[in-house]
Amino acid sequence: MKKPMNPVTDSFNLERRKVLKSGLSTVLALGLGFFPKRLVATLKSQGRWYGFVVDLTKCIGCGACVRACKAENNVPDGFFRTWVERYTFLKDGRVIVDSPDGALNGFEDNPTIPRSLIAKSYFVPKLCNHCTTAPCVQVCPVGATFVSQDGVVLVDYKHCIGCGYCIQACPYGSRFLNPAGYADKCTLCYHRITKGKKPACVLVCPVGARLYGDLNDQNSEINKVLAGTRHAVLKPELGTNPKCFYIGLDQEVR
Amino acid sequence: MLDVESANFVFPNEKHVYWTVMIVLYPYITGLVAGAFIVSSLYHLFQKQELRTMARFALVASFVFLLFAPLPLLMHLGMPHRAFNIMITPHPTSAMAGFGVVYLSYLILVALEVWFSVREDLVNNALKGGKIKRLIFKILALGDLTINEETRALDHKVVRVLSAIGIPLACFLHGYVGFLFGSIKANPWWSTPLMFIIFLLSAIVSGISVLLFLFYLISWLRKVPYEDGVMRVLAGYLWGFLIIDVALEIMEVLSIAYEQMPEWQVLSYLIWHKLFFSYIVVQNLIGSFVPLILLALVNLTRLSNRLAHLFVFLSSVLVLIQVLAMRWNVVIGGQLLSKSFRGFTSYFPGLFEKEGLITAMIIFTIPFLLLRWIDKRINLFPPDSPLGQARSG
Repeated sequence: MKKPMNPVTDSFNLERRKVLKSGLSTVLALGLGFFPKRLVATLKSQGRWYGFVVDLTKCIGCGACVRACKAENNVPDGFFRTWVERYTFLKDGRVIVDSPDGALNGFEDNPTIPRSLIAKSYFVPKLCNHCTTAPCVQVCPVGATFVSQDGVVLVDYKHCIGCGYCIQACPYGSRFLNPAGYADKCTLCYHRITKGKKPACVLVCPVGARLYGDLNDQNSEINKVLAGTRHAVLKPELGTNPKCFYIGLDQEVR
Repeated sequence: MLDVESANFVFPNEKHVYWTVMIVLYPYITGLVAGAFIVSSLYHLFQKQELRTMARFALVASFVFLLFAPLPLLMHLGMPHRAFNIMITPHPTSAMAGFGVVYLSYLILVALEVWFSVREDLVNNALKGGKIKRLIFKILALGDLTINEETRALDHKVVRVLSAIGIPLACFLHGYVGFLFGSIKANPWWSTPLMFIIFLLSAIVSGISVLLFLFYLISWLRKVPYEDGVMRVLAGYLWGFLIIDVALEIMEVLSIAYEQMPEWQVLSYLIWHKLFFSYIVVQNLIGSFVPLILLALVNLTRLSNRLAHLFVFLSSVLVLIQVLAMRWNVVIGGQLLSKSFRGFTSYFPGLFEKEGLITAMIIFTIPFLLLRWIDKRINLFPPDSPLGQARSG
C-alpha cells in the first residue's frame, strides 16, 4: 500500500529550502484563505508507513494489552492509551457497551443481564488510529503533535502547551491530558518499534488479535492479512483516514 | 438503539471534562469586547448622537475586557509557561494558532483608538497636580501636550478611521472564537458553519447588554436620571440583534432535529435531559423568550419611559445571563456528549479548584474594577452629560 499524500504532515519531511519555500507559500495561501494543501504535499515518504490491524474475531477481552500498555508507558491511573470495549447485543435489540476501568482487569459477566437475554457479544480493542489526515494534528496550535515520517501520530511533550484542543478534535477519544499538563496518547510504542521490537500490546496479546507493520512494504505481514480479509476503519465519514484497520467490524462500533 | 438510562457508555478517557468553566468564560469575555466595540462605533462611525454619552465608555470597556480575555485561557493551559509558543511557533493549519495574530492586531487597534479618544484628558492631567502624576500622564500622552482645534479634529478623524477598521476586526475576533468550535467535526454539537455567526451575534447582544447594565448601574449610583435616548437606541439594537441571534440558535438545532440525522438521538437527549435547565429553561425561556417580549413592548408600544427603562434593564440582565448560558451549553454541553454517541459524562466546577467558580468570578470582576479605576482618573462620560457631571461634582 502506498503512502497517501498528507497535507498536514508532510511538511515535517521537507528539507530546509523546501521549508522556506513552503513557509512563504503558506503565508501567501493563508493570505488568500486557502488551506496549503498542494503546496506542502510535494514529498512522499519512501520509507516505512506504519499501520495497525485489530482482529475482532480473535479478541477475548482479557485486557492484557491494557495492562502491558500501562506498564510499558507509565500511563497515569484513570487514563488510557489503549482500552477494550465489550458490545453486548440483547435479544430485544438493545446494545449495551461497557469498558470497566478500560478493561484493565478484563471483563466479568454483567450481573444485570441474564445470559438468556443475550443475542451476541464481542470485544473491541481501541487505540489511537494514527490517522493519515489526523484532525488532532490539524488543530494543534503550536505544532506539538505531528505525524512522524513513518506515519505515527506523536506528541512533543516538551512543546505542548496543554490547551486540550487535540483532545476535542479526536473523534475516537484516544487522547487525554496527562496530569503533568500535556496531551498524551498511544505512540505505537515508538521507542520500541524504532528498535525493531513490537509494541507492548501486540507483544502480549495471547490470541494474536493485534498486529502492526509497514503498509509500504508489500511483503509485510500486515499487508498480507489486509489482503486476505474484509476490514474497515472507525468513523470513515469523518475523512480522517485512519491506519488502524478492524477485521470483523460491526456498524454498531463507533 | 440508544438507551442512556440503562447503558450509559463513554470512552474511558472521556470521563474527564477537559475544557472547564474557564473556556466558558473566555468566549463570554471576548463577546463583551466585540459587542461593546460595536456600540462605541455606532457613535464614532455611524454618528448615532444619542449614544454620545456612552461612546467612549463603551470603547474603554471593550479595551478593558480585551486585556483580560486571555486570562481564563492562561488559567486553563496545562503548561501555562509555554503559552507564548502559540505566538512563536503558530501551526498554520490550526484555527487556534490564529489567536496571536487576531488578538494582538485587535488589541493594538483598540489601544490606539482608546489613546486617541482620551488624548485630551491625558494632556489635561499632565498639566495639573503633583509632579509624579504630571510626569506619568506626560509619558502616557507620549510627550506631546499640544491641544488645539487642529489636534482635536485629527484625533476625531483617527478615531473614526480606527473604528471603521475595528468593526470587521471585532467581527473577525469573535467569529474566530465561534469557528474554533464550529470546525470540530468530531463533535456534532459543535460542528456547524452557523457556529461562528451565532457566536458573533451573541457577542453583539451581550456587549450591548453589558453596556446597558453598566449605564443603569452607574446612573443609579450617581443618582442621575436615566437618559432616555441611550435606552431607546440601545433597546432597538438589542431587540434587532437578539431576534436574529435567537432565530439562528433555534434554527441550528431545528434543522438537525428535522433532518433526523443519527446524531439527533443523542443530541435530543443532551438538550432535554443533560442541559434541560441551562439550555431550555435559562437560555431559551428566561434568557431569550422573556427579553424578546419585553423589548418588543419597549420598541413597539408607547410605554412610559419609566416602564421602558425597567423593561430594558431587566432585558439587559436576562440577555447577559442568556449568553453566559449559551457559552456554557456549547462548551460544556459539547463535552458531556460522548464521541461514542452512547452516553454522557457530567461536569460541574468546584468552588475552590484552580479552574473553579471562585477563580472565574475573580477573573470576571477584574475588568469592571479596572474600568472603575480608569473612570476615576479620566472622565469617561462627556463632561456636559448628566453622568459626566455627576462624577466631577
